[in-house]
Amino acid sequence: VSPMKLKNAKSLICDLLQNSEDIRCKCICPPYRDIEGQIYKQNVSLKDCNCLHVVEPMPVDGKDVEAYCLRCECKFEERSSATIKVTIIMYLSILGLLLLYMVYLTLLEPMLKRRLFGHSQLIQSDDDVGDQQPFANAHNVLSHSHSRPNMLNKVEHAQQRWRRQVQEQRKSVFDRHVVLS
Amino acid sequence: EWGHTRTFNTIDWVREKSKDRDRHREIANKSRQSTVALLHSVSDAFSGWLLMLLVGLMSGALAGGIDIAAHWLTDMKEGLCLVGFWFNHEHCCWTSNETTFQERDRCPQWQSWAEIMTGTSEVLWLRGGALAYFVNYLMFLVWALLFALLAVTLVRAFAPYACGSGIPEIKTILSGFIIRGYLGKWTLIIKTITLVLAVSSGLSLGKEGPLVHVACCCANILCHLFTKYRKNEAKRREVLSAAAAVGVSVAFGAPIGGVLFSLEEVSYYFPLKTLWRSFFAALVAAFTLRSINPFGNSRLVLFYVEFHAPWHLVELGPFILLGIFGGLWGALFIRANIAWCRIRKSTRLGHYPVTEVLVVTALTGMLAYPNSYTRMGGAELISELFNDCSLLDSSQLCGYKQSNSTSGAGVGNGLADRPAGVGLYAALWQLALALVFKMMITVITFGMKVPSGLFIPSMAVGAIAGRLLGVGMEQLAYYNHDSAIFRGWCSPGADCITPGLYAMVGAAACLGGVTRMTVSLVVIMFELTGGLEYIVPLMAATMTSKWVADAFGREGIYEAHIRLNGYPFLEPKEEFQHSSLTADVMRPRRSDPPLAVLTQEGMTVEEVEALVESTHYSGFPVVVSQDSHRLVGFVLRRDLLISIDNARKRQEGVVGASQVVFTEHSPAPADDAPPPLRLRGIVDLSPFTVTDHTPMDITVDIFRKLGLRQCLVTHNGKLLGIITKKDILKHMANDCQQRPRLHPLQL
Repeated sequence: VSPMKLKNAKSLICDLLQNSEDIRCKCICPPYRDIEGQIYKQNVSLKDCNCLHVVEPMPVDGKDVEAYCLRCECKFEERSSATIKVTIIMYLSILGLLLLYMVYLTLLEPMLKRRLFGHSQLIQSDDDVGDQQPFANAHNVLSHSHSRPNMLNKVEHAQQRWRRQVQEQRKSVFDRHVVLS
Repeated sequence: EWGHTRTFNTIDWVREKSKDRDRHREIANKSRQSTVALLHSVSDAFSGWLLMLLVGLMSGALAGGIDIAAHWLTDMKEGLCLVGFWFNHEHCCWTSNETTFQERDRCPQWQSWAEIMTGTSEVLWLRGGALAYFVNYLMFLVWALLFALLAVTLVRAFAPYACGSGIPEIKTILSGFIIRGYLGKWTLIIKTITLVLAVSSGLSLGKEGPLVHVACCCANILCHLFTKYRKNEAKRREVLSAAAAVGVSVAFGAPIGGVLFSLEEVSYYFPLKTLWRSFFAALVAAFTLRSINPFGNSRLVLFYVEFHAPWHLVELGPFILLGIFGGLWGALFIRANIAWCRIRKSTRLGHYPVTEVLVVTALTGMLAYPNSYTRMGGAELISELFNDCSLLDSSQLCGYKQSNSTSGAGVGNGLADRPAGVGLYAALWQLALALVFKMMITVITFGMKVPSGLFIPSMAVGAIAGRLLGVGMEQLAYYNHDSAIFRGWCSPGADCITPGLYAMVGAAACLGGVTRMTVSLVVIMFELTGGLEYIVPLMAATMTSKWVADAFGREGIYEAHIRLNGYPFLEPKEEFQHSSLTADVMRPRRSDPPLAVLTQEGMTVEEVEALVESTHYSGFPVVVSQDSHRLVGFVLRRDLLISIDNARKRQEGVVGASQVVFTEHSPAPADDAPPPLRLRGIVDLSPFTVTDHTPMDITVDIFRKLGLRQCLVTHNGKLLGIITKKDILKHMANDCQQRPRLHPLQL
């Protein structure tokens, strides 16, 4: 492995970890005599963050520079664009997963269950009409009709218990507008 | 765990605390025996601190993520960043050099939806600017509706407990009630995701209350890692109190204020140990948030103010005026909001929660967009109002007439008082409209089925009112600088009135009027702004607002919601209107069946089971015999059932006819009789008792102070009845309604 390639790899990793664009020095200079207000930004480090380094090109001549710079305010700021990127992408993926799961629960699962078991075996409970799980006891039918591996049964069982819980919560919060039953 | 199918249940503080003391004593005694046991005892002592550390880290990380996502999604309604879709408006233009002094937020990398979709821009009004405005308006509404729809459907589908603020329910939980599922992992996930959506949809709500809920969920979930906290409900509530402090700390960047908020508003029992641990957790969370750096300037403080201008005693007048306004607004808001929530509960409005959210979002979006002060989010509005105008500001609110002198800046970059210019007058009437709009829309927004908080909207209302008054005072001082009031301290050319300070004081007054916070509010405000000099105005306004608001109604918004929803919360400050005795409230009443008791010997297993199954009481007193109801102890239903169940399975010879024995020494059984079942171990031999002539005030005090669940009532040493927390709550509710209750001895 040649030293050039090592150096390339190192600079690539460095770039990935800390974007050099993530620091800046921002100087705000208010209107002065007949010069308009202006904002200057530059990619300098903390020690160079002052009016003389950042304000380029200097709009006033030699003797006015100090008076002009006195009115300017320079601030050093840094951010982490990697954090922002990672956070937004994680948020969007979790949101997407939740939406897919919601679509699956409301639309796909009843269709799949209907196709697997046929209408006759499933009993539709009366108070679930208009709710999201018309086949609430599909789990019971499952455990009686097929001999499935235990793991899947447990997952189904846990899921049905959770859905019953959510249904209870929904009834009390959305329908009766109370939290406790 | 035994089957808990009821959603709420009370904890018995005394029992839980003594369980913890026993456990601790056992560990301490064992620790002298071996090194392993010693290490175990040390790790047990540190587990509390480790848990606080984890709670702080997790909450800080979640809050940072929520902040970043909310800022991004809010700006998504207006446009898109072309160099990286994950940047919000401010970060998109971060490195750009095309920002000018007048237009600080314009850069080619950020394009509004009109520019992306139609190529027209609002700047060039004549060449399609009207079309651009219309397209931007439409896209704003579309995005707002989409976010609100996603939020409410996710809440409805996965975790209905994630709606609302969460603080009233957490208050109830911390007072000793268990609400299953309220602090679970699905509630946490959904609350985090939908909070971002709800805040970004432009609705007039904040994220402080939901962040308290999020922090408490984190704490509840992390408690499962530590046996000490998982098994003991009382210890868990100590952690939840600390988590409430963490929630406020990450919402505002105010750790001390958070601890005081937890002490004042949320917690029921707050021992000193919790104080220290809450502070630790709040600091850890604040530090985590700072290192994530969501605001891009390493600042912890949300509304940092740069000015330190002094204030004068004469200004206490307008500050007290702001306090009165805050108190009136608080009382009015609470009445209006409770009335609206009651309408929601009882009429058909409550049957269409999703539609309600969409309609309110559409209304808010349509009315808020034209006014630039309502279009920006609540937090941004507050920061702009708190800001004092200096030479470096070019916003409309700082549109004063330029002074002719070009001398150097005044004291600390503050400028002398100047007359208002055109820009400022425009800003003033826009702010007045924004005030009316915000006052009305917050009433119908708080309490909807999306996560919603009300700190920021209340502070926004107060800040607008304060700024208007401040600018008014400033102009008054400028044009009347010769009058007696202003002559002494406000000479022309001096910077004497700071409208930003009035906005701060107004915000504190309105928030205090709504929530009735006192010390915690003042501490939060000066932690938020860094303005330590302004404690006295803040205190004056907060006290005035609390007194004025209390004159109209004793409850803050959270207590009002607790009462509206009928939560079983024993108010720490309530008094009875009529004095009564314990005999009036205890059970059994005249018309009830006699008290269900167990005798210490002489009952068979079958009889005990029949008694337990025929009633649904959660506990039974044990007496010496049916003739003399002298008290032996109290036994819980579930302990009884579990023990009988275990004995049937494991112990030999225990059948239905076996005698159940609660005494220490049982008589020897006859030869052909089955062996007895000894259950003395499950009896609580020291139940709390009061006599039937104890005044109800004292009994309620005992319940509050000790955290009891039930208390036995005796007469001349004999058991007469039982009184539970639910009986007390019912009696308090009846007492409020002033129904006359007859003393049983009068009948």
